[in-house]
Amino acid sequence: MKAVRKLMKVFITRRIPPEGMKILAAAEGCEVSQWDSDEPVPRSELLKGVEGAHGLLCLLSDKIDKEVLDAAGPNLKVISTMSVGFDHLVHSEIKKRGIRVGYTPDVLTDATAELTVALLLATSRRLPEGVEEVKSGGWSSWKPLWLCGYGLSGSTVGIVGLGRIGMAIAQRLLPFGVKRLLYSGRTAKTYAAEVNGEFVPLDTLASESDFIVVSCSLTPETQGMCDKAFFRKMKKTSIFINSSRGAVVNQEDLYEALSSGQIAAAGLDVTTPEPLPTNHPLLTLKNCVVLPHIGSATYSTRGIMSALAAQNLLGGLQGSDMPSELSL
Amino acid sequence: MWGSRMALRRLQKIAVAPLSVKEGITSKIQREMSTLQRVYVTRQIPPEGLRILKESGQVQFELWDSDDVPVSRAELLKKVKGVDGLLCVLTEKIDAELLDAAGPNLKVLSTMSVGFDHLSLDELKKRGIRVGYTPEVLTDAVAELTVALLLATSRRLIEATHEAKTGGWGTWRTLWLCGHELANSTVGILGLGRIGVAIAERLAPFKVKKFIYTDVAPRPELARAINAEYVSFDELAKQSDFLAVCCALTPETKEICNKELFSKMKNTSIFINTSRGGVVNQEDLYEALSTGQIAGAGLDVTVPEPLPTNHPLFTLKNCVILPHIASASYTTRNAMSALAANNLLLGLRGEPMIKELKL
Repeated sequence: MKAVRKLMKVFITRRIPPEGMKILAAAEGCEVSQWDSDEPVPRSELLKGVEGAHGLLCLLSDKIDKEVLDAAGPNLKVISTMSVGFDHLVHSEIKKRGIRVGYTPDVLTDATAELTVALLLATSRRLPEGVEEVKSGGWSSWKPLWLCGYGLSGSTVGIVGLGRIGMAIAQRLLPFGVKRLLYSGRTAKTYAAEVNGEFVPLDTLASESDFIVVSCSLTPETQGMCDKAFFRKMKKTSIFINSSRGAVVNQEDLYEALSSGQIAAAGLDVTTPEPLPTNHPLLTLKNCVVLPHIGSATYSTRGIMSALAAQNLLGGLQGSDMPSELSL
Repeated sequence: MWGSRMALRRLQKIAVAPLSVKEGITSKIQREMSTLQRVYVTRQIPPEGLRILKESGQVQFELWDSDDVPVSRAELLKKVKGVDGLLCVLTEKIDAELLDAAGPNLKVLSTMSVGFDHLSLDELKKRGIRVGYTPEVLTDAVAELTVALLLATSRRLIEATHEAKTGGWGTWRTLWLCGHELANSTVGILGLGRIGVAIAERLAPFKVKKFIYTDVAPRPELARAINAEYVSFDELAKQSDFLAVCCALTPETKEICNKELFSKMKNTSIFINTSRGGVVNQEDLYEALSTGQIAGAGLDVTVPEPLPTNHPLFTLKNCVILPHIASASYTTRNAMSALAANNLLLGLRGEPMIKELKL
């Protein structure tokens, strides 16, 4: 009698870059089904697609909660997310079922830190305003004080959450002449010494920074942390940047702070919700730059994330090591 | 809100009212004033400079009291008659006509800029007029803006903000708005001076693999600071993933960035110019961008300035254009203003300037 090889069912919730698909195609014993689109999988399709799956490869726009896990059933051994953030995964339910989780830290650190610095500079040096003026005929001639911004030279930068990405941001900002580098978080980090980082309470960071960059993960503790009380402590000339998760910021309070001149300007790569509705008040402010969550959006990085997510998935299916496993 | 309106109002409060040679002045003051050297200032420069001029007690000055609008040629030619010193910005052409109109008293010209392509150096030298300018105080701001422009171009920030505002933003997608990253790239600098070095220093922690540069001759000391390799113009074109133009505009560099350069560049490369518009052939640049010969371009300087709003470059998604704001930070513009004022006063006293241009 021929031995029947048991196929592992895999569901992929989106079209992913070819680097990852190639790896899965080459893997033996994998039956891959996929929502083969650039647009998100509808909820009903997701619930259908995961039925009986051993492995699930998803993106941060897919909420993996009790309903999805129930629909998948007991075969599900591994969830591999193509992101470093995991606030879209309901930990308690996943842990309860003994499902392993893979994610993609490190490989996107450079691209995300780069985008965060790009966003900070675009905000502080008023690039979108400048581009608008040029296109609309607002540019008449060179003028001494027109479109002046705040430079990094001689400034104090405060990083909320000096993790991998926060550290990479700090390293990229230093050569611009930053005088002081402050950071806040649950604990001090020994590696902060590399960037002369000073560990301070959040309040101190708020009141002493010229540039604040939020780089922490979204947890119950950090949810809504940047609110009215926070903005009230900031300098009138300060710049606020968030490329972590939208929910860390209270957007109504941010709007108030920006429109009343309590802070000079803000740059956001993440919002609540995503996408931000086009009639949202923040989009009406000249001193607010909003990007559509493109932190890791470079060709090479997305390809690497795709490959890593595929490798994590296979590791989980085979019951062996994953290159990047998330401990829940 | 942006400090500009608030800052400008604050600054205007402490800005100096120009000394007026109108009626109501006593003869004593008139006698004192006639011993003061006469100066014309062609724009409402930031308050630091105006304060320095007033408090010097050395000069009486007239001012074209607008931050926004340059002085007209006719007005300028009238006002410079008989002045000892002239403080200008880069929108005024200082040529034979103007120097003739000014007459033989003119000893010092001080420009509030590092570029001097608006000055006829031969005419100034011929007349023994000393020239002050403002290098170094603006290096940080210019390097910062150049990096800002490079990143805005390579990471497609303008396209992205537009999508966020106009409903193009769906949910997170894997390849949407992807750009080219600095990590593992080769950055090329055309013209390695103070600003070129400052740009490279700021780019280094983005994990740039290699810095290369070209110039009229090698610049070993500057190159050592950033570990940059001297290459030919052709090699710069071929090897650069990011090419930043940092040279002065001279007859030799005029339109040096043309179809010959662009045709040798990689089709994934990004071209950035924050030097002078005249270094680039804009028709050739348009061709290169629209045919995909290069991936994107960012310009802070154009020909002319302002660039007319119907210019073809504006139709391209992969071309970012800024209105010459490289040195536009509050502290920097005030520092330039102060330096220009001090250069002027020192020159008028026959003393060494802080920053004098060798003619």
